[in-house]
Amino acid sequence: MAYVAVKGGEQAILNSHRLVAEDRRGDPEVPALNVSQIAEQLGLAVDRVMCEGSVYDRELAALALKQAQGDAVEAIFLLRAFRTTLPRVGVSKPIDTDRMAIQRRISATFKDVPGGQVLGSTYEYTHRLLDFDLLDNAEAEVTRAELAATPLDANCPRAFDSISDEGLIEAEAPAPEEASVFDLTREPMALPAGRDQRLQNLARGDEGFVVGLAYSALRGYGAAHPYVGETRVGDVAIEVVPEELGFPVSIGDITVTECQMLDLFAGSDDEPARFTRGYGLSFGKSERKAMGMAIVDRSLRSREYGEDVKYPAQDEEFVLSHTDNLEAAGFVSHLTLPHYVDFQGDLQFIRQLREEQAGSRSTKEAAE
Amino acid sequence: MIDAHENAAKRGRQAYNFAYLDEQSKRMIRRCILKAMAVPGLQVPFGSREMPLAYGWGTGGIQVTASVIGPNDTLKVIDQGADDATNAVSIRRFFKRVAGIETTEKTGAATIIQTRHRLPETPLREGQVIVYQVPSPEPLRSLEPRESETRKMHAYAEYGLMSVQLYEDIARFGHIATAHSYPVMTNGRYLMSPSPIPKFDNPKVGDSPAIQLYGAGREKRIYAVPPYTRVQNLDFEDHPFRVQKWRQCCSLCGASDSYLDEIVVNDSGSRMFVCSDTDYCATRRDQGHVGPEGDSQAAFGSLPSSKPEKGSEPR
Repeated sequence: MAYVAVKGGEQAILNSHRLVAEDRRGDPEVPALNVSQIAEQLGLAVDRVMCEGSVYDRELAALALKQAQGDAVEAIFLLRAFRTTLPRVGVSKPIDTDRMAIQRRISATFKDVPGGQVLGSTYEYTHRLLDFDLLDNAEAEVTRAELAATPLDANCPRAFDSISDEGLIEAEAPAPEEASVFDLTREPMALPAGRDQRLQNLARGDEGFVVGLAYSALRGYGAAHPYVGETRVGDVAIEVVPEELGFPVSIGDITVTECQMLDLFAGSDDEPARFTRGYGLSFGKSERKAMGMAIVDRSLRSREYGEDVKYPAQDEEFVLSHTDNLEAAGFVSHLTLPHYVDFQGDLQFIRQLREEQAGSRSTKEAAE
Repeated sequence: MIDAHENAAKRGRQAYNFAYLDEQSKRMIRRCILKAMAVPGLQVPFGSREMPLAYGWGTGGIQVTASVIGPNDTLKVIDQGADDATNAVSIRRFFKRVAGIETTEKTGAATIIQTRHRLPETPLREGQVIVYQVPSPEPLRSLEPRESETRKMHAYAEYGLMSVQLYEDIARFGHIATAHSYPVMTNGRYLMSPSPIPKFDNPKVGDSPAIQLYGAGREKRIYAVPPYTRVQNLDFEDHPFRVQKWRQCCSLCGASDSYLDEIVVNDSGSRMFVCSDTDYCATRRDQGHVGPEGDSQAAFGSLPSSKPEKGSEPR
């Protein structure tokens, strides 16, 4: 009741923190999770937090998840709030996903492709039957997958390169100058947005929202009819060029998921029919996100291709303003703050309106 | 520890009914199937259940199959024509696991065929059931995204919009620009999507001796084409319906009457064309038909092998 009063408010906050700590720990009889367990065994949750938190650090993301009781959005919040305190050391060279140590690589356009289809680690063909073995905390079975006799090609070509050569797929835009890349974490959103800004926005955007938008475009609220040209997951090197050296130096590898969607474009007066591209990239194994992102990216190119902008997924301002889950969650949750003053104003106004309406009704009745 | 394992395994098996779905759900789905059979082409809403497969991966087909399958059935599952495609293998394994039924790769030997995006080249016969996995049951969806509107259009048989769309295609491109999910009129009443089969397969949908069931799990619709039902491809007198044709024949078996997949064979973009129906291709090769590159198949993992393994996956 008295959470606005200064003294009582302070006590309430302290108690609330204690309750959070209690909830987080759960039953003290059950052993506590440690951060490395989360990083190792809840890897996909960690990947999502890294991606939307835009910090590639498995340990910090796992810590955030532990602190947030597994709530992804809260963990992303913690990580982003930490990220904002970090100095910007430099800008890496664009990652080269052609030179990826591939863990998974799927193309839905051709039955077989140079380099082969690589299923990799995916839940897709598991039957979603509860595995009751996991209940018993039994000894780990031998789960190691068999290794192939020969390693994969280090420069695995794009699955759809061969038809790109025929001009049937729009050419990839060349990488922009490093200095010119928009940085959404330092600058406010500018509309109309360039593709760099749009892709950053979608990469940091809420997975659920981005996938929901992509779904709406597929279901008819959009013109999308995409094919997965290629989805690949693997490790790429991050390279920086130190000023004193002048040549690129690898500072480590990160795991990324990349998706290239191909979408049928029937052509216009100036342009021939061909497949156009949508692009998605996310940290870690986040295939759902990368694919959703690629579909929304292509939807947002509607104007570029002279397509009617009729649906939410094609509307740049609508999409880019609502992807960020911290902004969205923050604004929704702010409604729990006191609104006594505003509410009092509205209450007064409604009373006044009703009096006036009652008055005008009675004069109308009198006139009849 | 071994006891704990056994208990858990037992609990796992007992937790699921024959063919996964509980009997009430199956009965509900069978009623919808009967209604769908009685009114060919009508999309019957059904209480689609959560399945242990992602929506969009064949949950509708799986629910229909689970509702009509019995212990004596023999199931074939194909995906884009192939028995050995990952999704087909996965669904076949699922039914072996939860129903313990026989499976086959032979079109002729199957009593139930679940399919994604293809009809087998081998003609179906009476007594067979083909179950289609349908991603988008509503043929009008691309013209009108709102279900409330498309339902009215079906109720009034108000299909002018689709004819306009086909006409616009002809005006823009010189021909109808639909290569798959080519819309059909079923029994002269309902506009129906034959699911995303290539229009090459559309002629096999009409007057078929087999029962054709269409299940859309995500969109929660079942529809059907009973045996020997008239199914008409939308077209115009001066722009009659035509199917895809290839200049090539199948590189492996030499067939010139089947739907062909294009396969990129090297970095310089060379291609070969092979039957998408793996059983058809393998059967022809077993009969001694050889295509122009009939002996080079070993180099490619995903090409149909000529020795289909018959339901030999572990349960």
